[in-house]
Amino acid sequence: MKSRTADRWLTLAPALVLFAAVALVPMAELLAMSVSHIEWLQGKAHWEFVGFDQYARVLSDSLFRAGVVNTLIFAVTAVLVQMVLGFALALMTTRIVRGRTLFRTVFILPILVPGIVIGAIWKLMYNFDFGVLNQMLGAFGLPAIDWLGNASTALLAIIVVDVWHWTPFVFLLLLAGLESLPQDVYEAARVDGATFWQELRYITLPLMLPTIAVTLVFRMIMGVKVFDEIYLLTGGGPGTATEVVSYTIFRRFFTEGQTGYGAAMSVVVLLALVLAFVVARSLTRRREVVA
Amino acid sequence: MSLHRTRSGMLYAALAVAAVLILFPFVWIALAGFKTQISLLLGEVAFTPTLANFRELLFSSTSDYLVNFRNSLIVATASTAIVLVVSTLAAYSIERMAWPRWTVHGFLLGAAVFNAIPAITLVGAWYMMFRELGLYNSYTAVVLAHATLNLPIGIWLMATFIREVPRELEEAARIDGCGTVELLWRVVVPVVLPGLAATAILVFIHSWNEFVVALNLTAKQTATVPVAIAKYAQEHETKYGEMAAGAVLSTLPALILLFLAQRHIVRGLTAGAVK
Repeated sequence: MKSRTADRWLTLAPALVLFAAVALVPMAELLAMSVSHIEWLQGKAHWEFVGFDQYARVLSDSLFRAGVVNTLIFAVTAVLVQMVLGFALALMTTRIVRGRTLFRTVFILPILVPGIVIGAIWKLMYNFDFGVLNQMLGAFGLPAIDWLGNASTALLAIIVVDVWHWTPFVFLLLLAGLESLPQDVYEAARVDGATFWQELRYITLPLMLPTIAVTLVFRMIMGVKVFDEIYLLTGGGPGTATEVVSYTIFRRFFTEGQTGYGAAMSVVVLLALVLAFVVARSLTRRREVVA
Repeated sequence: MSLHRTRSGMLYAALAVAAVLILFPFVWIALAGFKTQISLLLGEVAFTPTLANFRELLFSSTSDYLVNFRNSLIVATASTAIVLVVSTLAAYSIERMAWPRWTVHGFLLGAAVFNAIPAITLVGAWYMMFRELGLYNSYTAVVLAHATLNLPIGIWLMATFIREVPRELEEAARIDGCGTVELLWRVVVPVVLPGLAATAILVFIHSWNEFVVALNLTAKQTATVPVAIAKYAQEHETKYGEMAAGAVLSTLPALILLFLAQRHIVRGLTAGAVK
């Protein structure tokens, strides 16, 4: 029994060590960086303590503010559209007999592809001069649109890309949920002459609520992390039309080399998201929320 | 009867439209990979296919694509291996080693919270840390970062699968005098093999696709495939043909896995979300 206690620690130790070394230590370093002004001289970092000044700057940074607003608009809009489309597709797929596997194979394809490749694909499709979308507009005699270069369409264009990329993921989770629902309830409802909409309203939706909640939280987390498509398609522009928080951090830290300031921004975002996650979790009240 | 048939016809039509909308962009970029730059810029629909972009990408002295591909394979394989070993051990520990309930909950909550953090918030600190250690632009840096980012998912999935292993199997092995390592290797691992496969595939794909960490921790020699594709798209004169060809080739692992192991992929993606 004594050796069991040792084994208990030994089996958990690799995970704790990895997490401590590659997550906790960098987080501590992040905190230290966030209260320092860091100057790079001949490849070496020179630290100077500046206190909390950089945190105050983060909150008044207009780029950061634009990023927060855009990130929220982007994540909420994209995820809501994905939930509706994904649910409709999943419902339809459960009602067909033949070809279910084939449709599922096609539908999950975008989930597996690198975000950068998704960006590359849509960079071609949105291109002003030769993109397929403008070719189609041209075929109908309509003027070409600068989808990514126009402040009024750029964020919408990015949302469309995300909907295309991640509706399949929502579809897959909701389909798995629908397939695991107890069938006898439906049989009873049909005997009682329930219509499709009654079934949906009074049986499917209530039973699916936990899966819907988990999927929503998954997707919101992923939505707030958006970076790859922005990097490739718009770089946050035009102006600040598609600036998102991940991109602002990247810009301040790496492009502009504002090491300490970028760290302060990282800490703010990190704390805000952890808080949001804990709130969302206690609202959905399920243990099974991770990815 | 005929009403039933029309309805099912409409269902298939709607699903077919969705399938076309999903497939079309892939077909479009694949076609672009076989177009000459001129044909691409003219937006030609009818064109003579050429392998020039692929040849340029794979064999030109100015292209590092094969190196990038090798780097991606190394990074994804190594980080997947680490995640599998570490998360199987940890998942077994929290599920079966009689930890107090609050420790288990705390551990899983910590993993979930860590998973909600965007990688970009840590990349700056990793950049600093790995530079200080002399590990910037090394496989070690990217592999450790990828392994850590995927650890929560690995632990979560493996915990789900290990929970389903019958306790009687373990008890029998314990009575036969098995130590923990032997028990894991001889009893638990063989039973959860499909779960391990699902976890491995998911983590491999995550690492293969990951961009922001690779972008900032690698340089020319260690750059992965997504970093290379982004470079083609960002260069002063965008090389659309090579970008398309590189994008097409980069999806090969995912396509192969989709056809060979779709069941595992679906299991990995849905486990934990659906009870």
